[in-house]
Amino acid sequence: MTRIGVVTFPGTLDDRDAARAVRIAGAQPVSLWHADDDLHQVDAVVLPGGFSYGDYLRAGAISRFAPVMTSVVAAAGRGLPVLGICNGFQVLTESHLLPGSMVKNDHLHFVCREQQLVVENDQTPWTSDFTAGEQITIPLKNQDGQYVADAATLARLEDEGRVVFRYHETNPNGSRHDIAGICNEAGNVVGLMPHPEHAVEPGFGPDGPSGPRTGTDGLRFFTSVLTTLVG
Amino acid sequence: MGRVVVDVMPKPEILDPQGKAVARALPRLGIDGFVSVRQGRRFELEVDGPVTEEVLAAARQAATTLLSNPVIEDVVHVAAEPSTEPSAQGAA
Repeated sequence: MTRIGVVTFPGTLDDRDAARAVRIAGAQPVSLWHADDDLHQVDAVVLPGGFSYGDYLRAGAISRFAPVMTSVVAAAGRGLPVLGICNGFQVLTESHLLPGSMVKNDHLHFVCREQQLVVENDQTPWTSDFTAGEQITIPLKNQDGQYVADAATLARLEDEGRVVFRYHETNPNGSRHDIAGICNEAGNVVGLMPHPEHAVEPGFGPDGPSGPRTGTDGLRFFTSVLTTLVG
Repeated sequence: MGRVVVDVMPKPEILDPQGKAVARALPRLGIDGFVSVRQGRRFELEVDGPVTEEVLAAARQAATTLLSNPVIEDVVHVAAEPSTEPSAQGAA
């Protein structure tokens, strides 16, 4: 069975939800501990959301130096699929696996909403079950979600098709170019602010076409990586 | 005891939402005339003993690797702060 690691840092909140999403998608979740540099032969890694180290210093700044991240950075360089969600995305930018950074939402408030996204890139291991241009609904909840990067970096991300998700209709935090998620040059490392692990099971997700809380668009992040790994 | 002070500020081109919020609050206190506020961070790194060149070099390395994120922030100042202990005076 495909093994997908889910990292827990001190202050991680959504590791259990991420592990549950992995299980519902049909893979075996493997708990990875921040202080352990052993990835336990996983086939992919999820860095879940939360407030690791209380967001002290900068969101994700201290987690970057956790022993597990040394192994994640090395494995990502060898092509291991890595998905960073919210705080996990912030850890990926602080680790320099993804360019740019997140700063406080432009309106300064914590935001929690069912966010419309457009899938821009369906070629990554985490988006292969989507179709480019597809509109999906994924819960979003954060305080430091404003994606920023310099003009040259933004131009490069756009030119290389590395904007994976864009906010649709509403830009909830002032992110440059409405960017909700990006990938690295190879495409195996994807980070986004919205939370796909909260939209994987009817009855517990955002509102969907079939009624209240029926949205399960997030599940396809996890089935995508299974499709990529297993075929 | 020696002390190194590191000041980190958001890059000029980065919108500083916290600074803007502070700027908007000042007139409510009747403090007018400040057209802009930017908010940064100050770190105080202490060592047992004097602040040597090696200590300053380590502080500069800490400033650029952990204390700041060069994508969004600039290290604007790294310097030894005069100690309150007379014995350490001039050691930097």
